[in-house]
Amino acid sequence: MSDILLARKALARRILEGDGKASRSERRAAFDNSGLAEPLSSLVNKVARHAYRVTDEDFAAVRASSLSEDQIFEVVVCAAIGEATRQYDMATAALEAALRDETRKDEHAARNPR
Amino acid sequence: MRLEILDSGHGFSTKALFALIRTVSRQPVLDVIKLVKYRADFYGEPMGVITQDAMRGPSTWSVGDRELMAAFVAKANQCEFSTKAHSAVAQGAYRDERKVSAVLSDLDSASVEEPLRATLLMLRKLTREYAVDMNDMRAVLAAGASRQQIEDALAVCFSFNVIGRLADAFGFFVPGPKAIEAGAKYLLARGYR
Repeated sequence: MSDILLARKALARRILEGDGKASRSERRAAFDNSGLAEPLSSLVNKVARHAYRVTDEDFAAVRASSLSEDQIFEVVVCAAIGEATRQYDMATAALEAALRDETRKDEHAARNPR
Repeated sequence: MRLEILDSGHGFSTKALFALIRTVSRQPVLDVIKLVKYRADFYGEPMGVITQDAMRGPSTWSVGDRELMAAFVAKANQCEFSTKAHSAVAQGAYRDERKVSAVLSDLDSASVEEPLRATLLMLRKLTREYAVDMNDMRAVLAAGASRQQIEDALAVCFSFNVIGRLADAFGFFVPGPKAIEAGAKYLLARGYR
């Protein structure tokens, strides 16, 4: 498989820096799951941490705070991609650490044959 | 769905496409299709590039393996829509219904290759606990999965961590077996673009 790094960067650039109905700062905050006011922060946190618990009431509360449907659409997309990105980055860093550790052990064994 | 724009806010040509899909498949248009076709330049198109590559690009994991990973991640996220949809695709790809059911119901006792089992265990931990560490990766490598296989599996996990969250947040309708089967056949034949 080709490296999805470039495609992930293009996606992040589009949702965070491209044109949108929600402000760039709102989209970035949703992506980071940080720095949003209620009721949007509750919805974004649910999307990031346990999306199956999102309810109609969560959406009704956000609508009542005068966000349009397009703004909610963008913010929810950013929240989902942000959490998936954090998990992906953490896992690839763990993989790199495990591979570095294997290499170190192999080198140590080569230098110290029994 | 919880947003009206995702149900009926599409442009004329997309609505015509939906009518064609309904006529040909004799099934309602799945909510996931409505999502990716809504303002497709924002989400559907850039995400489609990633998902197509993760699920159908070159990999030593088979299409069945990757669809099983998708269903497994969806189950770990408690996303009913994606679990059902991608279980059906995995069953079609493997031509083996029992293998998919066995893995989803009890991974420890399921008859699967060790690299796949270890990879699925790592993906489940990542999805449920939002974290894995070096020791988790060591276990997957020790079971025989290669670096590239782990990276490929993480790409699948990325896609379905996004799609499952959106399915539940936007309130996707979970269709019956006929519509799920029609969707699975489409994904096997055409992929994710």
